[in-house]
Order: sequence, then C-alpha cells, then structure tokens
Amino acid sequence: MKRIYFDHAATTALDKDVLGKMKPYFSDKFGNASSLHAFGQEAKAALDESRQKVANILNCDPLEIIFNSGGTESDNLAIKGPVLAAFRDKLISKPLHIITTKIEHPAILKTVKQLEKLFDFEATYADVDVNGLVNLSQLESEIKDNTILISVMYANNEVGTIEPIVEISKIVEKHREKRQDNGNNLPIYFHADAVQAAGYLDVDVKKLGVDMLSISGHKFYGPKGTGLLYIKKGTGIEALSTGGGHENGLRAGTENISGIVGLAAALKSAQENKEMESKKVSGLRDYLTQNLMKKIDGVILTGHPEIRLPNIASFLIDRIEGESMLIKLDLKGIAVSTGSACSSGSLEPSHVLKALNYPPEKIHGSLRISLGKENTKEEVDYFLEVFPEIVYKLREISAL
Amino acid sequence: MKKDNKGFGPYNQKVIDHFTNPHNYGVIEDASGVGSVGNPVCGDMMKLYIKVEKKAGKEIITDIKFKTFGCAAAIATSSMITDMAVGMTIEEAKKLTRKDVSSQLGGLPPVKEHCSNLAADALHKAISEYEDKRNSKL
Repeated sequence: MKRIYFDHAATTALDKDVLGKMKPYFSDKFGNASSLHAFGQEAKAALDESRQKVANILNCDPLEIIFNSGGTESDNLAIKGPVLAAFRDKLISKPLHIITTKIEHPAILKTVKQLEKLFDFEATYADVDVNGLVNLSQLESEIKDNTILISVMYANNEVGTIEPIVEISKIVEKHREKRQDNGNNLPIYFHADAVQAAGYLDVDVKKLGVDMLSISGHKFYGPKGTGLLYIKKGTGIEALSTGGGHENGLRAGTENISGIVGLAAALKSAQENKEMESKKVSGLRDYLTQNLMKKIDGVILTGHPEIRLPNIASFLIDRIEGESMLIKLDLKGIAVSTGSACSSGSLEPSHVLKALNYPPEKIHGSLRISLGKENTKEEVDYFLEVFPEIVYKLREISAL
Repeated sequence: MKKDNKGFGPYNQKVIDHFTNPHNYGVIEDASGVGSVGNPVCGDMMKLYIKVEKKAGKEIITDIKFKTFGCAAAIATSSMITDMAVGMTIEEAKKLTRKDVSSQLGGLPPVKEHCSNLAADALHKAISEYEDKRNSKL
C-alpha cells in the first residue's frame, strides 16, 4: 500500500542533500571541536561555518546562537535562564512574573508551571481569540514591574495561526524604556518559540525584535535532536547545563557536529526556498480544505483563516472522534494527527482548541493535516476520495 | 497499516477487526431496554439497545444493537459486548464485566481499559431499564 505522510508538523524526513552534508562528520571528521589538534580543528571549522551560516539567516552575531538538542531545550533555557540570572544578579525584590499564552507548546507551559510550583513565582496565561490570535491589549495590560519575560509562539503547531511577534516586540520595548525611566533595573525580555514557523516564515531577529528565538531542526527536513536558541547580546541568562563551557558557556556538552551541520544546511535550504514552498504547499492545503468542506458537512476549519502557516489545515469534524478517524486513515495509508483526548494518553483534549473556545465534544473530533514539500495533488485527491467514506461510516455508528 | 495481522499501534488485530467492521450497530426501534452511558464532553458516548423475549420461561436477549461516539477501543468494545450478550439470559448478561469484554478482545491498552467499562455499564443499564419497565407492569 502507498503511504502518504500528512503530519509534517510532527516531524519531517531528513533531506537527502542535508544527510549528504552531515555524513563526513560521523566517522571521518569525528573530532571534538574543543580539541586543539587537527582532528578537533576540522570539527571546529564545521561548527564555526554552521554558526556563521545560521547567523546570516537570523541576521545576528554568531555568538548569539546556542546550538542544542531542539525546541524543548531551547524553550527551557529561554524561560529558566533569565530567571536564574535574575537570582544571580540579585534583582529579585518580589516574586518574578512571566507572561505567556494559553496555546503554547507544553515545552513552554510545563516549564512555566514548574517554576510556579517550585518557587514563589507568578505566571499569566494570556487568552487568544477564536482564531488563535493573542489579544495584544490584554497582553500589554498584564505587564507588571516584576515581569521578567514574555513568551509567545511565532506560529501555533495545532491550528497554524501566526502571532503578531513584531507588535509584541514593540510593546515590550515600550515597557523596557518605561522601566528604565522609573529606575526599575529588572530586565524584561521577549522570547518567541519559532519551532513551527522557521520552515516557512522570516526568522530575521532584527525585524522580529525578539530577545530570544527557539528553533528545532527536524521540523524543516533537518535532523532530530538538533536545535538552537538565539539569545540577543546583553540578555541576562544563566546556563541550565553546566560543564565544559561550550556554546558561549550557555550549553555545556561536546557539540553534535554532524547534527549542527545538518541543522544549518536544512535551515538555509528552507529559508532560501520559503516563498516558493509556501506558495506550493498553501495551494495544496487550500485545495484540500475547499474540497473537504464541499464533500462533508459539519466541518469547521480552525485557526485564523488567513494569518496562518501555509502547511497546516486543522479541522473539527462533527459527531465523530479523532482517534477513530486517525486509525481509519492510517489503515488506508494516510498519516495525520488529532487533538482528541482519546489519542493523547492523558485523556485530556487539546489545550489549544480549548483556548480557542471550542466545546469539548467538538474538540474530540479534531483532525490536523500538515503538508510538506513531497506531497502531491494526487495524494490530496486520494485523501479526498477515502476520507468522506470514513466520516460517513463513523457517523453511521455514532451515538451523537 | 496492516502489520501482517499483528494489529495496529497499541491495538491488537481483534480490536481492529471489531473497530473496522463493527457487529450489531444501529438502533432497535421497539427496544425492551436502552442503556445510555458516557458523555460527549468526555469523548465517549454509547447507547445500547436490547430486545428481550421470554422463551421457555427464560428472559433471553434476542437482539442487541449499539451506537457509539468514541475512539477505536470504544467502538470495538461496543461491538464485542453485543456479540457476547446476544442469546444470553438477562441474569447471565448481568454478570458480564468489563474484564470479560476486554479479555474477549484479547486485551486493551491500559489507557483504554475504561472503554470496556463503558460497554459493560451500557449493557447493565439497558437491562435495568428493561427490568424497571417489566416490574412496573406487574
């Protein structure tokens, strides 16, 4: 049976060209970049070159890039790092405060919740509207004199909505200036989780105005276990993993050279082709969406209708449950994902769709299709052919 | 994907068979009892219809149908319990437990065990509705 992959927001296949660039750094050029001898210097050269490549894309200084294991590690450092630094610099006169949103990835939400649980710590989880857009005036009104960090994702992984990062940067900048005028020396930083965005959207940190930006390699045809955190020079931050002083002292541990080479190559390729790929993949997505809505009644497209990633189409299908759809599609060779509780292991339905204010019985019928560069119109047509039958059968059985 | 009859992800082949080709789904218009359990808010909802007829002094479940909103496990356990209960006396059917359903299916993933609860509860509720109706006629 032909297998069709419509789950690119979960992960992507490593690009063959990227793999080719990584290969020499496993067995041939295997040196430790910290070693002074020729083997080490060979690795160091690849590390420096990759860092420069990424810096050119992000429009930043190479020293502002911390390579690590992926989005989760980046998000953890972006949240805990400034908090530890505030303790180090004795800037704490009252509990610190972090603002984030209700629709962040668990790597953000659970990290903030951990701080709340362990320390005297305040957190605000800002609302989003029914399209998934954060409410800017609410976000601004939550900023207090003890707020150290605002973390908002660049684009949402479940519904694809793109958040107004530039506008949030401006708000943060305004409050930073106000704070200086008031003699409040607690810094206020803005972090954006760009894990889903980096494959398709502009990641120029100067244009975005962020202090920190998380990126993960495997979301854009790079290797798994690779990622980076951009940290603007001057940001007060403490390492979470301490040791040999790698990555500007912010991430100890021998560098994963093959992975870093792959991450840099994949990011470069994704960013160079993003206009063309966005056009192609959004065309397919719109074709899928329009025809799906035509063929099946009781379907809602979630996320913002326009301000969204080109590759994600997320639906709520009335009267049937997500895991059932997922398994039936997989039996037909099509891989998708769902935010239904029954598929989660925790039996909790998607926190993102809840934040968008959909009722639980609708959320159980969620279906996410995330397309990628290898998908074709024929594959979408095959999906459009088999899916209505699956919906029809499950509705026939359904008690609703 | 069919993995050479070895099931699918967390589910075994028997569960997948009942899920993809469920037995006895639908409604019984003149049902002797209906058991409705679960809640769409929780992601599972099951309605079980039974037809009870007296044969040789025994109350036998002669027909049984279900409607289920839920995951693969919820649909498979619904189908399984209808297969098990049909032809039973109501006293026999009352003794069916969630464990009987899940073991008849060859086991369910731990996180899905509660689905078999749903099926057993629906059957017991349908029987007690039948009994209430019967007793009120006495």
